[in-house]
Amino acid sequence: MKRHFRSFLLGLVLTLLAMPVLAALNIFASVPEWGALAEELGGDQVKVYAATNALQDPHHVEAKPSLIARARSADLVIATGAELEVGWLPLLLRQAGNPRVQPGQPGYLEATAFVSMLEKPLRLDRADGDVHPAGNPHIQLDPHNIARVAAPLAARLADLDPANAAYYQARHKAFAERWSTAIAQWEKRASSLRGTAIVVHHNAFAYLNAWLGLQQVAALEPKPGIEPTTQHLSAVLALLQRQPARMVVRAAYQSDRASRWIAERAKIPPVVLPFTVGGDDSAKDLFGLFDDTIQRLQKGGQ
Amino acid sequence: MSRFIQVSGACALALLGAPPVAAASDAELAEIQAQIQQLKQSYEARIEALDRRLQEAEARSAKAPAPPPAASPAATPAAVSAGNSAFNPAIYAVLQGAYINQSKDPDKYAIAGFVPSGDIGPGKRGFSIAESELGFSANVDHKFFGNLILALTPDNNVEVEEAYGVFTALPGGVTPKFGRFLSSVGYLNDQHQHAWDFYDAPLVYQAFFGGQFRNDGLQVKWLAPTDTYLQFGAEVGDGSSFPGSERSSGRNGIGGGALHAHVGGDIDVSNSWRAGLSWLTLRPNERTHTEIDRNGNPAQLEFSGRSQVAIADFVWKYAPNGNARETLFKLQGEYFWRKERGDLRYDSDGALGLTNTARNTSRQNGFYVQGVYQFMPEWRVGARYDSLDPGRVDYGGNADYLGASSFNPKRYSLMFDYTPSEFSRFRIQYQQSKLQPDFTDNILFVQYILTLGAHGAHSY
Repeated sequence: MKRHFRSFLLGLVLTLLAMPVLAALNIFASVPEWGALAEELGGDQVKVYAATNALQDPHHVEAKPSLIARARSADLVIATGAELEVGWLPLLLRQAGNPRVQPGQPGYLEATAFVSMLEKPLRLDRADGDVHPAGNPHIQLDPHNIARVAAPLAARLADLDPANAAYYQARHKAFAERWSTAIAQWEKRASSLRGTAIVVHHNAFAYLNAWLGLQQVAALEPKPGIEPTTQHLSAVLALLQRQPARMVVRAAYQSDRASRWIAERAKIPPVVLPFTVGGDDSAKDLFGLFDDTIQRLQKGGQ
Repeated sequence: MSRFIQVSGACALALLGAPPVAAASDAELAEIQAQIQQLKQSYEARIEALDRRLQEAEARSAKAPAPPPAASPAATPAAVSAGNSAFNPAIYAVLQGAYINQSKDPDKYAIAGFVPSGDIGPGKRGFSIAESELGFSANVDHKFFGNLILALTPDNNVEVEEAYGVFTALPGGVTPKFGRFLSSVGYLNDQHQHAWDFYDAPLVYQAFFGGQFRNDGLQVKWLAPTDTYLQFGAEVGDGSSFPGSERSSGRNGIGGGALHAHVGGDIDVSNSWRAGLSWLTLRPNERTHTEIDRNGNPAQLEFSGRSQVAIADFVWKYAPNGNARETLFKLQGEYFWRKERGDLRYDSDGALGLTNTARNTSRQNGFYVQGVYQFMPEWRVGARYDSLDPGRVDYGGNADYLGASSFNPKRYSLMFDYTPSEFSRFRIQYQQSKLQPDFTDNILFVQYILTLGAHGAHSY
């Protein structure tokens, strides 16, 4: 029994050693937007694995065996940071046995380290719900933030894979140009949205609001991360009588119960935003994400 | 302006400090001048630093309302608190308590046909607090991670649940752990009580491990570099946790060891699973318990020999689109086999005057299967079925005194819980346990679990 086990182990190790060494950088992205950005910058020199999809709540992810296995072989882990993934990523990294991708190592990058954080709480108390001491972690819906993360990410790819440094720099340059052109177009298209009052499900749109000048009237969650209650929804409804909003916005991963409830009673359209890459059929990449977000907001605001 | 006042003030102070001698020597004058110069320089440096900070603060507050231009990768560094407390480990506390209603006297609790494994009953009737847990964890340095978990028992004792270090610097998926830790055999064994889906441990854990199997020793886990999760682990330790026993302190060497292998992955975006096989071997020495013998007398029994446990475990989770926040169904089960062979000393304390040692072998098994369904955020229901098979017990030369049981202990549990946030949970559990012939205990548990402090993470 024991001898069989030993020869099985030995055979397994030999098989694994015989496996071809992959040239591409293995990238483990905690959420789809950083996976998409790594693909833009890394092209065919990177192999990207997104740990979650747009229909999952990034706060609540199971540290599944498949994720541990992928973190084990990653050369670079890209996380959002600001405690967005606090409930699962630290555990995943501890179980992965991969010292290259631990926080502080070149193989670990947190996107929130490169942007100005909004809504940094003035007091830290769990009575206020799921508060993030470093600020609101949903930074990806301001395209300027994507650009801010792109530069250090390209530099990190070059650090980890110096042989292809020029390739990453060239791709970043091309991306940055296309991106700033796209931003200009989005801002032009979305100028009519400035000042539009909205209600949100979860407080996940702070950066989008700041970018497009949307006015957030209320959130359906009584406290960040706490499920909407009938009592709170009634209070929101009463507020909307005094301070009307044009639409009620939620991310693709959020349940439609609360926003449908409000939409029916306040007679405003519910708008589902892709929130991240893959959130709907149009948001296939980062460009599609913003194209579609603006289109859906405009449709909702009509 | 303010700088002028400060500098002139400094000069005045320096002059006052000088001895009031009219005709000071040249040397003294030079010294005073040097001191004034020094003071001036240090004040100017400090004022400059303050000015710089003021400008930075003004710039920051001016920037805050409008997002800064895309070109500047302006990072706002998190405020880092100074001093020793900045390196405090992550600390959490778990508070637990229950109201328990039992139809039978908890003192009569026993599992027929199985060696009593310790304090495993459903607990005190009425109101009680359960173990409170205190945890501390942090990276020790660039090579180690440390974790200490203390249990504060309701009767005011402190127990070390886990106290281990992890060597974090090894490449190749190898993770060594040393100290006291919950063994990674099976599925539920290395999860803490507050993470369980029911108030109490499955019957197999209670009967075969006395709750959970702990090791004081060394564990090495290796995660294969494959896309499918494939993990192997080996443990050696003192083997003092049941079904082992405390070894006499005069013995060197290893008291017990374990091997385990787990494999897991995703079937699709909604379905994930993990399954494993574990094997545990221990050398209990003079492990004592009291049993009622054939004559109806309580006899003390002492076992020395070898105890082996094998476990097959699986868990399957289903969450539509992988969104476990909304809906989650979890099905898990574990099968335990235990084989013991050694010498059993009947009436080991001589109380009955019949002391006799004979060969003893036993093969027993059991399993549980449970399903928990989170039908909407915050709310879950669950059901569990436990069953034990007393198997074959051969008392050899003690067969005149001791008889084997043929009764199959069974237990049915239903639970319903509410989880307002990741940090609190309230649970109601009803269970019917038939652990002895003609002895059915109907138990109602009402339980709370509160977690404060650092944000914990639950393993799969």
